[in-house]
Amino acid sequence: MEIDVVELSRLQFAMTAMYHFLFVPLTLGLSIIVAIMETVYVMTNRPVWRQMTKFWGTLFGINFVLGVATGITMEFQFGMNWSYYSHYVGDIFGAPLAIEGLMGFFMEATFVGLFFFGWDKLSKRGHMVLTWLVAIGSNFSALWILIANGWMQNPVGTEFNPVSLRMEMTSFFEVVFNEVAQAKFVHTVSAGYVTASVFVLGVSAWYLLNDRHVALARRSIAIAAAFGLASALSVVVLGDESGYAATHSQKMKLAAIEGMWHTQPAPASFTAVGFPDMEARETHYAIHIPWMMGLIGTRSLTREIPGIAELVENAEARIKSGIIAYDALEKIRAAGGEADEAVTAQFEEHSADLGFAFLLKRYVDDPREATEKQIALASNDTVPTVWPLFWAFRLMVALGFGFIGVMAYFFYRANWRGMTFPRPALRLAVWMIPAPWIAAELGWFVAEFGRQPWTVDGVLPTVMSVSHLSVADLAITLAGFVTFYSVLFVIEMSLMLKYIRKGPYLDVPETEQWMAKHEHRLRTHDGNVPGATPAE
Amino acid sequence: MILHELIDFEILRVIWWLLLGVLLIGFALTDGFDMGVGALLPFVARTDLERRQAINTVGPVWEGNQVWFILGGGAIFAAWPPLYAVSFSGFYLAIFTVLAALILRPVGFKYRSKRPSQSWRSGWDWALFVGGAVPALIFGVAVGNVLVGVPFHLTPELLSMYDGPFYAKFLGLLNPFSLLAGIVSLAMLLQHGAAWLALKSDGMVETRARRMGPIFGYVAAAGFALAGVWLAVGIDGYAFVGAVVTDGPSNPLLSEVTRGGSWLDAYGVRPWIAIAPVLGFAGILMAARTFDGHSDVAPLLWSKLGIFGVISTVGLTMFPFILPSAVDPNSSLTVWDSSSSHLTLFVMLICTLIFMPLILAYTAWVYKVLWGKVTQDEIADNSETVY
Repeated sequence: MEIDVVELSRLQFAMTAMYHFLFVPLTLGLSIIVAIMETVYVMTNRPVWRQMTKFWGTLFGINFVLGVATGITMEFQFGMNWSYYSHYVGDIFGAPLAIEGLMGFFMEATFVGLFFFGWDKLSKRGHMVLTWLVAIGSNFSALWILIANGWMQNPVGTEFNPVSLRMEMTSFFEVVFNEVAQAKFVHTVSAGYVTASVFVLGVSAWYLLNDRHVALARRSIAIAAAFGLASALSVVVLGDESGYAATHSQKMKLAAIEGMWHTQPAPASFTAVGFPDMEARETHYAIHIPWMMGLIGTRSLTREIPGIAELVENAEARIKSGIIAYDALEKIRAAGGEADEAVTAQFEEHSADLGFAFLLKRYVDDPREATEKQIALASNDTVPTVWPLFWAFRLMVALGFGFIGVMAYFFYRANWRGMTFPRPALRLAVWMIPAPWIAAELGWFVAEFGRQPWTVDGVLPTVMSVSHLSVADLAITLAGFVTFYSVLFVIEMSLMLKYIRKGPYLDVPETEQWMAKHEHRLRTHDGNVPGATPAE
Repeated sequence: MILHELIDFEILRVIWWLLLGVLLIGFALTDGFDMGVGALLPFVARTDLERRQAINTVGPVWEGNQVWFILGGGAIFAAWPPLYAVSFSGFYLAIFTVLAALILRPVGFKYRSKRPSQSWRSGWDWALFVGGAVPALIFGVAVGNVLVGVPFHLTPELLSMYDGPFYAKFLGLLNPFSLLAGIVSLAMLLQHGAAWLALKSDGMVETRARRMGPIFGYVAAAGFALAGVWLAVGIDGYAFVGAVVTDGPSNPLLSEVTRGGSWLDAYGVRPWIAIAPVLGFAGILMAARTFDGHSDVAPLLWSKLGIFGVISTVGLTMFPFILPSAVDPNSSLTVWDSSSSHLTLFVMLICTLIFMPLILAYTAWVYKVLWGKVTQDEIADNSETVY
């Protein structure tokens, strides 16, 4: 396997996936926020809520289209760049991707057209139902994508077929109700809701700072803060759930995130900050919080969490077992699939470790000829580079708690302080807009980089997963994607900013009438009338 | 799980081969007219308002239509993993070109009318042209390549190795036959787009579409006929050597395949499949003939029938082959050795049976809500909200 091709393929996948995920979280959250706004409109009949629905809907549309466009790349890139992966696990991994299309994306994409074009063609209620269907469709999409991704982290319900030479599904139920997938799903969609809440909050804060569209902005803040607070709590709780699930499914990732080099007596301490050192296998200048890691990871005071050194030893044992499986598999293949019982039994006993033998392919063509030194090298490869994980994780968590704080504050001001917001808080809200994107990308980085050296944990190493391509192929597509995506990003941002600056559409006469009639209700607790005109 | 054994593996494979056809045809019938409209845009509509009119005929539906493509990819991955693995890596740069073109399209639809500038808008018009014409051409070229045989082989570990020249990765192998297939595909979808515009637009856009539509129809029909003759005299088919296991594990290397004879031998073995090319010709030609009639719907319906016939012809002619290898016939992917496992095919069938009727129902409902012509007045009145 050509290592350059592997590295370039990884780079391209990381780039296109992270780019795709600039648009996805906003779609997930904003679709729901818009649906909530429209529901309030249908219930109260107040034009300002329709104006809000349409305004945030426009921004939703500008964002949505790039999510769709870049999603096309994701759907086909497995086959393009990860051909052996596609062959090896397509039997399981392909299913949730196809169901995503059937159950989620089809619904979302079919109705989103009518969201924009159907205002005059449908009843108010009809249109509202449709907006909800778009939101539900997006979230169903996320569910199935995360079931697929969850399976890469924790491959359940599958076994190797020695004739078709690939993993095949043994239980669809296990794949769907994979605990990692379920926790990841709620964690990820909640992160999307937080992203959209921060976005709505920030844009509305900018309007308030500039004394524009006050009625729209205040109501938007009220919705965003309530929805954002609930979601920010959910992100952290489910993030914790993911960590708990990782203690039994992805021990190495957990140990690497924590910089836990050796098994500690239970309950283990949590390293709050420090400088992990791969060579020395220790974390310099570490500040420990006693007991915390044991409590988070095992929810007990007595169970141990294995450290990196012990996990490497464990990997070495599994590599040796994998070599036996590999040997048996070669014999089965040589016999045309009909080897004697002893060989078959040998294969079945060790087949769970077959993937570990593949780790040796980096050093030797036939794992059976590996030397002790090569086995030691391959065992060491099971440790992902610790420091990026260590820091990415901590930054993500800090941001996560930050969102809870900010959302709680705005929630309080919106509900108990008559929707008045001090200017510094509004400025913070504007500056905070990029933060949830940073947190979300860091989260994916931790999940995917932390799974290295595997594409499917314990089953298929990344170096074996790639297509038979040349460096030239990858150079062309990588350059193409970088250029193309950069241009699209600039265009998207410029349109987004243009439409934010421009402010909501004209529903003006109706809204102004309504506001004149209901002036007394719009007055804030200090007696000021918000002099809002919905559009200049 | 015993439940999945209710349906034989062999039968499930055939069902999924049919469903693959359903998805490809669904894609061509729906997204096909979007691509056709995109490719016709600079010619069929001249003024900005005309262009907006043409774009807005597909404005509310292209997103849903495009999911047929995404779902097609997902279904190939789920039901035919070796096909997914071999084809997308083998046609690497061609797929990249298609993806780039297809990414331009959504962005073009959505962003074009968001700025008033003339150069901005005409830039996106050409993006929509590329987004329609390039995939329509390349899909056809790919099908042509499949009929000729694709230069790949499988290693004993079933890693797919591409053996063709580097340049061929861009557009697939540009041999004359594949180019002809590309032209058939492009012409067919251009006619389809024109038929859609005849139904959904009025004024000059409709007039021009009705004038151009038949030309593409005749080109498509002539190309289709020529391709048939070419297959009869110039291109070898593929066949299994000896008996084939139809319900074994999927490993293409276990069966022996030879190159020789003709693809058209299938019409001797299963004469009934001749219905497919007959429908193809009938649909395309009738569509071309009805453009100058008074009916708004007739060209589109005939064009749909034509596309159905043409795509079915390819599938039925090749059955059970899906992706033959030009360099190592034994590596060829067929219905019997490149599917997912018995259980996966069963689970996916259940999911499809649940969701496909729902999809068809709500898609039909959306088209019903949007029924009627898109007029220039409508665009002018809703200038802020439409594309």
